[in-house]
Amino acid sequence: MIRKSIQSRRARETRLKIYGITSICFALIMLATLLISIGLNGYSALQQAYFKVDISVNMDKLVDDSGTINKNKMNLFNWDGLVKSALREFFPEVKERNEKKELFAIISANAGYDLKEIVKKKALGSGSHTLSVWLHLSDDADQYLKGRLSIDIPEEDRRINNKQIAWVNSLVERDIAKLKFNKTFFTSADSREPESAGILGSVVGSALTLFVTVMFALPLAVMASIYLEYFAKPGRITDFIEVNINNLAAVPSIVFGLLGLSVFLSTFGLPRSAPLVGGLVLGLMTLPTIIIASRASIRSIPPSIREAALGLGASKMQAAMHHVLPLAAPGILTGTIIGMAQALGETAPLLMIGMVAFIIDIPTTFTSSATAMPVQIYMWSDSAERAFYERSSLAILFLVAFLISMNLLAVVLRKKFEKKW
Amino acid sequence: MQNIPLSFVFFMLIGVSLFFYFYSKNNILKKAAFVGQRSKALPSHYGQQSFLWAFIPSAIILIFLTIGGPNYIDQLFYNKIQELNPKLNQSFVSLILAKVINVSNGKIATADEKILSLASDYKAALDQLHFYRGLVVILCAALVGMFVSSLQSPRANARENVEKLIINIFFVSAVIAIFTTGAIILSLLFEALRFFSLYNFFNFLFGLHWAPNVAIRSDQVAAAGSFGMIPVLVGTLLISFIAMCVAIPIGLFSAIYLAEFASPRTRDFVKPTLEILAGIPTVVYGYFAALTAAPFFREIGFSLGLDVSSESALAAGAVMGIMIIPFISSLSDDVIRAVPQSLRDGSMGLGATKAETIYNVVLPAAIPGLVGAVLLAVSRAIGETMIVVMAAGLSASLTVNPLDSVTTVTVQIVSLLTGDTEFDDIKTLSAFGLGLALFFFTLLLNIFALSISRRLAERYD
Repeated sequence: MIRKSIQSRRARETRLKIYGITSICFALIMLATLLISIGLNGYSALQQAYFKVDISVNMDKLVDDSGTINKNKMNLFNWDGLVKSALREFFPEVKERNEKKELFAIISANAGYDLKEIVKKKALGSGSHTLSVWLHLSDDADQYLKGRLSIDIPEEDRRINNKQIAWVNSLVERDIAKLKFNKTFFTSADSREPESAGILGSVVGSALTLFVTVMFALPLAVMASIYLEYFAKPGRITDFIEVNINNLAAVPSIVFGLLGLSVFLSTFGLPRSAPLVGGLVLGLMTLPTIIIASRASIRSIPPSIREAALGLGASKMQAAMHHVLPLAAPGILTGTIIGMAQALGETAPLLMIGMVAFIIDIPTTFTSSATAMPVQIYMWSDSAERAFYERSSLAILFLVAFLISMNLLAVVLRKKFEKKW
Repeated sequence: MQNIPLSFVFFMLIGVSLFFYFYSKNNILKKAAFVGQRSKALPSHYGQQSFLWAFIPSAIILIFLTIGGPNYIDQLFYNKIQELNPKLNQSFVSLILAKVINVSNGKIATADEKILSLASDYKAALDQLHFYRGLVVILCAALVGMFVSSLQSPRANARENVEKLIINIFFVSAVIAIFTTGAIILSLLFEALRFFSLYNFFNFLFGLHWAPNVAIRSDQVAAAGSFGMIPVLVGTLLISFIAMCVAIPIGLFSAIYLAEFASPRTRDFVKPTLEILAGIPTVVYGYFAALTAAPFFREIGFSLGLDVSSESALAAGAVMGIMIIPFISSLSDDVIRAVPQSLRDGSMGLGATKAETIYNVVLPAAIPGLVGAVLLAVSRAIGETMIVVMAAGLSASLTVNPLDSVTTVTVQIVSLLTGDTEFDDIKTLSAFGLGLALFFFTLLLNIFALSISRRLAERYD
């Protein structure tokens, strides 16, 4: 009987272990599923379908009398027509108006604009030039070439019809169209057309925002933690400060967005969609995280260091600033990096302060309209075009890779500077 | 009047302050030589004293003028426009003001003479403000710096004074945490009170119908918006409940395994990997929920003959649960490891198996901390925004069916406040009502969680 009961007791232990292992495996499998599914969705955005056209431009029409390129003339010139007539040369049989429309739908709606930018960059001399340029195909043609648009569904439900498929295929056969590395994705800002949309604008926006966050939160957090560790007299005010810091760390991020909206935007009248406001809001949000990490780091410095300084005649302030702070700096830095990683991935408060706008320019100042990387991901995954999904996934891969490397950096720094006192 | 840009003023301010740093540093040596004794503090302390006194008051004035000045000018021009056209209603006046501002900084062009003249007045006023801002700030820095450095005497201990000043600055930065909480409560309360002046408080709290569609014209037949938050609250709780059903068992069992059974090597591998899960931005989980999990659940439901909404609470809740697993597991891991080893040893010594020790000794001892961790996780689930914005629905239906589409407090706040919104609109204000409810709900949960988990620490000290 005893043996039996022992058996059942052992079985209970095995069951508990199995529950534990299953749970951990489930969590790890979910992590893998998440990353793999996003990776599979996103890797194809590294490539983009281009087509090659030979175009002749007469620069004499585009320059001033002095020979410099005239902006107005550049903008007024019919670049679209140039691209379209070049495209029509490949398919001389297309004559009807509707058919032409369908043909032009396989190239990017921004093709003319892109051509203008290429010509501008080349800085050609006067006279007639023949250029061989690679321009974007439309997102539908691009998705078709990548095999992302299934052609099994009936023609009228598809975004690309049989005729267009035949044209794209014939371009590919003639080696005029092919998938090339998607440079646009890394060099441009948002666009209505997926093929001309890139993440650079949102990356710069995130960088500007994060800069404000660091400049705002780090000094405040360091000063607050030194105060709380060494100068605060135990009492009601100090307790109240600590309670507030702990509570702020758990306030939902969207509430900070509401605070930013009603205080920074409508009371102070700061500009909407600006990295300045985004940085301040994220700074307030990460402040408790950095304060808690900094205090832990300061507390881990043995009191003997401070006491030795005090014993040699240093004032409390000198002991804190000259002796404890330099030793606590690596820990504070790790805490800051973790706080910044948190701020970089945060979306909700930025939605509240209007950083969710559609912005085609790369932001240059702290008050210009900008968006941030996670917001860009959110906007793209809300779009109807299939091509935006893969861009969204690729942007996620970059964001996650960057965040993981930030966290790894924090771990490495901690390991490197960790001292056993 | 010349426009002095902000960056110039700022660098001038730093320059002037630095000047007084070096000036005082040298001057105190001369003074000390004149008196014939050594100064009480290092010369650099006198320099720091002058620097701080020259810099801080002027910097405060600079911030104040930069934020308050343009607002004041806007108010002036608002009144001016209203005087010119007494019949216009408020929103039109704001519209004209916005146009004047945009014309004055060259963003838009207009042929309207009145607006052009107002715009040039506006630009002149702004330039005047910027000119005086620069003048006042730099003069203030120079005067205060001169005053402080001329008063410095080698007999006074500048170090003590500087340190007192710095401690006060440190104190102010610590108090920012209180200010932030206060600002959150005040701003939410202020806007929410404006909402409750338009809409009955009790109808908001207990109303069973949430449909924030307000008629655009007053004579429109469309339904006047109704703002009963019960359906929104039920949706929030439903999604949080689903999330907890996923996260609590998995998080707890992982934590028990990691704390009690796992070898150090497994721990070293699993813990950082779970932390990666915690470090993934919520927008990524939202993307996963909307584009992978929701279609997946829909397919499964379809094959079982169930009608699953494409924005089902189940998909959003399950993915949110995955997000919260590492949160619960790392908090519970800490709590379980904080249970003193002597309790385990005692139980094992009496012949209990490891599982019995865990079930009968470790977990009961850890219960307050575990409950605290779960409550913190619930508060996180309620406040979570991006997953539900991307994967949950917009229409508020009063249901507890996890296969249906429900909406949450955070989804409503986002949908009511994104885009250009007027600030006196009842729709906008209702978002602040929801925000206030959200803030207090999570605050109560957090305080409750902290006070419960504190009990554990008290018991074994």
